[in-house]
Amino acid sequence: MTSWALPSHSDWVAIVLTAQLATLTTVILLLIAMPLAWWLARTHSLAGKLVAAVVALPLVLPPTVLGFYLLIALGEQGPIGQLTNALGLGILPFSFSGLLVASVIYTLPFAVQPLQQTFASQGDGWLEAAATLGASRLDAFFSVVLPMARPGLITAAVMSFAHTVGEFGVVLMIGGNIPGKTKVVSVQLYDHVESLEFAQAHSLAAILVAFSLLALFLVQIVNRNK
Amino acid sequence: MSLSGNLTLQRPGFSLRASFDFPGRGTTVLLGPSGSGKTTLLRCLAGLEPAALGRLSMNGVVWQSDDPPVFVPVHARQLGVVFQEGRLFPHLNVEGNLRYGWRRRIQPVQGAAYEGAVEMLNLGTLLQRSVQKLSGGERQRVAIGRALLAAPRLLLLDEPLSAIDRAHRDEILPYLVRLRRVLDIPMVYVTHSLEEAVCLADHIALFDSGEIASQGVLSATLSRLDLPFPFQDDLSVVIETTVIRWDADYALACLQIGDHILRVPASTKPAAERVRVRVCAKDVSIAIDPHTQDSILNKFPACVIELADAHHPAQVVLALDVAGIRFVARITRLSCATLQLSPGKMVWIQVKSAALLI
Repeated sequence: MTSWALPSHSDWVAIVLTAQLATLTTVILLLIAMPLAWWLARTHSLAGKLVAAVVALPLVLPPTVLGFYLLIALGEQGPIGQLTNALGLGILPFSFSGLLVASVIYTLPFAVQPLQQTFASQGDGWLEAAATLGASRLDAFFSVVLPMARPGLITAAVMSFAHTVGEFGVVLMIGGNIPGKTKVVSVQLYDHVESLEFAQAHSLAAILVAFSLLALFLVQIVNRNK
Repeated sequence: MSLSGNLTLQRPGFSLRASFDFPGRGTTVLLGPSGSGKTTLLRCLAGLEPAALGRLSMNGVVWQSDDPPVFVPVHARQLGVVFQEGRLFPHLNVEGNLRYGWRRRIQPVQGAAYEGAVEMLNLGTLLQRSVQKLSGGERQRVAIGRALLAAPRLLLLDEPLSAIDRAHRDEILPYLVRLRRVLDIPMVYVTHSLEEAVCLADHIALFDSGEIASQGVLSATLSRLDLPFPFQDDLSVVIETTVIRWDADYALACLQIGDHILRVPASTKPAAERVRVRVCAKDVSIAIDPHTQDSILNKFPACVIELADAHHPAQVVLALDVAGIRFVARITRLSCATLQLSPGKMVWIQVKSAALLI
């Protein structure tokens, strides 16, 4: 039964779409995660603990729960849906933008947590040194904190990318199954299996395994060289 | 021109309460045992302790005050700070570290200042080195260079030699002594080592339990007969003097003390003509008649200025004048009574040993 088939045209469309989604998600996530992780690493407030818990929620919640609430919130009657409608952006579910929003939220802990750990392990000493040398807070963040956090940044980026590629439940809930618009590799794979196209499923599954292994291997190397 | 203030800082199990007026030139050493508050005061001067209360001003510019509330942030104080552990940035090489503050300096400096600092601290061969590959001594030299190149108006050093081993300490101390001579900005230097203090200080503040127990000009402060208890064993004078000659046969340096000559051991010819020599009270004894034959080289006529009880009930301390220079001695109360010592009495002092400082 283990025959093998090269990816079909629709497979390639799904792969390209997935790569686009993962790239955009990673870029947006890093921009959000850097200041958020920085704040979480330095605050001792109760609010910080609460935010850290909220950020970690996607780690434990079933993707379907998250997808369901996002569907409601982003939908026509939902608060965010009404806002995007009012702004002329339309309704996000079952669109690439909706998928992107969901990916960012669902992958947030994979970007925030490695960065938060890196920032926390740096301590205050370097910041104090930078300040005594005339660097403002913002200057020190870009000239000392970020360059020193490079391993954490790479880990956060690779994990965000890989995790977005691997998501399934949330995509199904909010994005559905529109080829070229919202149909990502994991959904395409599901469709193949549904239609008993095991040969096609094999090649996609193998690509995902190889990609994920490579990504995790890269993270190991980066952290080894810390 | 001064660095003055009145600062308090409360922490669980510790409180700092410091009133001070340090000169705006020269080196002020904050000396005291660990936990006495000297590093905390240095951090307050730098602005690294925002919880500190009180006022602080540097050459007339208010850096901190409670009313009206003023707190000049660290990066706007134009400081150079050398931390105990160096705190060199690990993502930059030596040159990158040196240029970090240099690029951000506010004051204009002369063109050759960068090269001058590199040369003075002998950093030329280290520039491309990764900071992880530096020895303890090299690391602190780079840290000093980095602080100097920020073109500071005040240089703060927090136990810069305590994290390095003895041999490297002896390698760095001459750089610091040179720095003290050429620098025209005030320097505040924290240490628990009396040896470093007497080599570097112009002015000294003695710390005890979070307070400044005594402060003033180095020798005048260390030779106070009422020196606070933890420092009484350090009672001494530090004399800045000239090397007249060096006797190679006996390895002795001859130093000018008024119209007298003080001979101190020196295995090599002193490098500088001006030197510091430290004479401890416990190494000075007193005689009425100098004409006995003994092994003591240095005997000078002196006049007793003042007398006080030492901490130990068997001892007294006294200050004496030798050709206009103050000496201190610590002798037993019995000897004092036997010799009938009192202010105004003419005696001879015998200096059993003296340390030539770099």
